Amino acid sequence: MTDLSDLAWTRSRHFRSAPIATTTVDATRWIGLTSALAAGRVTLLSLWAEAGGAALMALLDAPAHRVAVVRIEAHGGGFPSVGAHHAAAQRLERAMTDLYGLTPRGAIDTRPWLDHGRWGIAHPLGDAAAVPSDRPPYPFLPVQGESLHVVPVGPVHAGIIEPGHFRFTAQGETVVRLEERLGYVHKGIDGLMAGAELARGAEIAGRISGDSTVAYAWAFAQAAEAALSLTVPERAFGLRGLMAELERLANHLGDIGGICNDAAFAMMLAQTSILRETVLRAAKTAFGHRFMRDRIVPGGVSGDLDAQGEAAIRSLIQEIRDRFPAIVDLYDATASILDRTVSTGRVSADLVQAFGAGGYVGRASGRNFDTRRDLRYAPYDMLRLDVPVRVEGDVNARIWLRIREVEQCCSLITQMLNALSQGPVFADPGFPGAPREGLGLVEGFRGDVLCWLALDAEGRIRRCHMRDPSWFQWPLLEAAIEGNIIADFPLCNKSFNCSYSGHDL
Amino acid sequence: MRRFLIQGLVRRPLTESAPQPEAASRHELAETLAGVVRAKLGRSLSIRHVDAGSCNGCELELQALSNPFYDLERFGLHFVASPRHADVLTVTGPVTHNMAEALRRTYDAMPEPKWVIAIGDCAKDGGCFAASYAVAGGVAAIVPVDLHIPGCPPDPTALLKGLLALLEQMDTAVRSG
Ligand code: SF4
Repeated sequence: MTDLSDLAWTRSRHFRSAPIATTTVDATRWIGLTSALAAGRVTLLSLWAEAGGAALMALLDAPAHRVAVVRIEAHGGGFPSVGAHHAAAQRLERAMTDLYGLTPRGAIDTRPWLDHGRWGIAHPLGDAAAVPSDRPPYPFLPVQGESLHVVPVGPVHAGIIEPGHFRFTAQGETVVRLEERLGYVHKGIDGLMAGAELARGAEIAGRISGDSTVAYAWAFAQAAEAALSLTVPERAFGLRGLMAELERLANHLGDIGGICNDAAFAMMLAQTSILRETVLRAAKTAFGHRFMRDRIVPGGVSGDLDAQGEAAIRSLIQEIRDRFPAIVDLYDATASILDRTVSTGRVSADLVQAFGAGGYVGRASGRNFDTRRDLRYAPYDMLRLDVPVRVEGDVNARIWLRIREVEQCCSLITQMLNALSQGPVFADPGFPGAPREGLGLVEGFRGDVLCWLALDAEGRIRRCHMRDPSWFQWPLLEAAIEGNIIADFPLCNKSFNCSYSGHDL
Repeated sequence: MRRFLIQGLVRRPLTESAPQPEAASRHELAETLAGVVRAKLGRSLSIRHVDAGSCNGCELELQALSNPFYDLERFGLHFVASPRHADVLTVTGPVTHNMAEALRRTYDAMPEPKWVIAIGDCAKDGGCFAASYAVAGGVAAIVPVDLHIPGCPPDPTALLKGLLALLEQMDTAVRSG
């Protein structure tokens, strides 16, 4: 069995306050780590490439509350495939090949992922080369069997949602396979980040996934502050926490109703969307922007909370406490909606564990992990947080998870307001003076958002890798829908509510 | 459920009782919008939306237009599922190369006359993603744009104002045919 003890493991409070150490390994060691991943001894936090030919992965040792970053030089442009042994890495590897031209040796699935052959160049962030114009169409996985039919959906969807392509193979009404094809909203964010100033990086980070702008900006700021060993004023942490919980509230409230609406129970959406709008208005009053975009910056936050803002948040929490229970009762007492959500779209505990799926997708299938508790960061280290977990893994469990998290948000926001210290909210990040690397991990509403940031001596971004929780959730949606009817797909999909933009980058 | 239904009957609509300071102007805007839709169109207007590469922030505010505070449908404006039913195409995001063809085909599938609204700072010229190898540019790089609504993202009131502006600039002669 591979020895894991010689990696440079860091406990949560240390990696956020100082540059992260990276352990450089050779191929044998790397392969040993992939078997440890496959055996479930460690969890894959992310896998990414660097220009100039290196592959890196971030590993989580959950029971010990510690993480490690490992690097391998890609000699000859290749490295031993992680995905060949550990499925969760496959799409990440395909993206590495598309963008950086690195070859995972021994990979099972070598099809392109983000590259749809439309950029005019191949490997835009590696040694870019012109694309041959006669590139074959994307090969979807073959399907064989009697009386199967294929239903292609997207990239343009019927609702006001993000684009992606779903290819269903069905036998009668029952889905026997779903294959996702993503990458439509790939904006080349890794490329835009490279060489950017810190402030510009923060601006881009907050625009990677619109519904998680706070979580992204925070993860980016954490990584930058760690790389710079910066001490952030305490009040800034409190304000960041408030913003993050408001963001979580808004998303959960919108989605609880949204899921029910996809089963034609429109009244739930009407009710929860009132509360969601109320959250966004409170956020606007308190922080000056409905989504609180550009409020978290490396060094602290860009604006302070005044008495009027605090009052707006307090009255918001009161309103949710007054009105939310009746909405929960409405859901719980309507047999026709429960008939649609209970036992639909099940994901097994083994799968969420193997994929290290975070957020409500993981926690609704028994993966008891929350960055706010297990890789703690300020201000959560001073607060009481109960992490709800369920084991059924169906749509209903994911709805209940979010209901419980709404209640947790209310409790956390009240605690934070009561504990909010006075003082400055920003410290000048300054310059590193030498190349530095930092790691950030923040619990967004969807799950853990990771940021690995490498700065040069002048403080410009050499490489910024941000990993959306959806990378480890999208593949599970393919499993969740199997054996369900096509008509239940919107319901399952919404109960996951994976990010397209955050994933496509 | 009965409780909610009864409450819905007795409680005043949220659209009229919003306590915010800008509520008055929002209400006025709503009145104007409804009037213009009636006068110019004499019927409803169908909107089809395409996310051509957005971060999803703009979509969230478009969705908010359907919540009980803004209730877009009361003006006869509604989102439809097919471009073949649509009068107006709303487009968000910098247009990515990977979405350019899907956007063009959606536009082509709409019957004449048709209008395009580009929504958000990214939709103007690519916004903060403009310099990327993966981005074709703003919406106008792919389809003709009649109106641009700025913002990152534009909030629901800005979106309502934009829709109103489009309606006002529409040629009534074309619509009455
Ligand atoms: S304008 Fe802003 S909210 Fe809209 S897509 Fe661009 S970054 Fe996102």
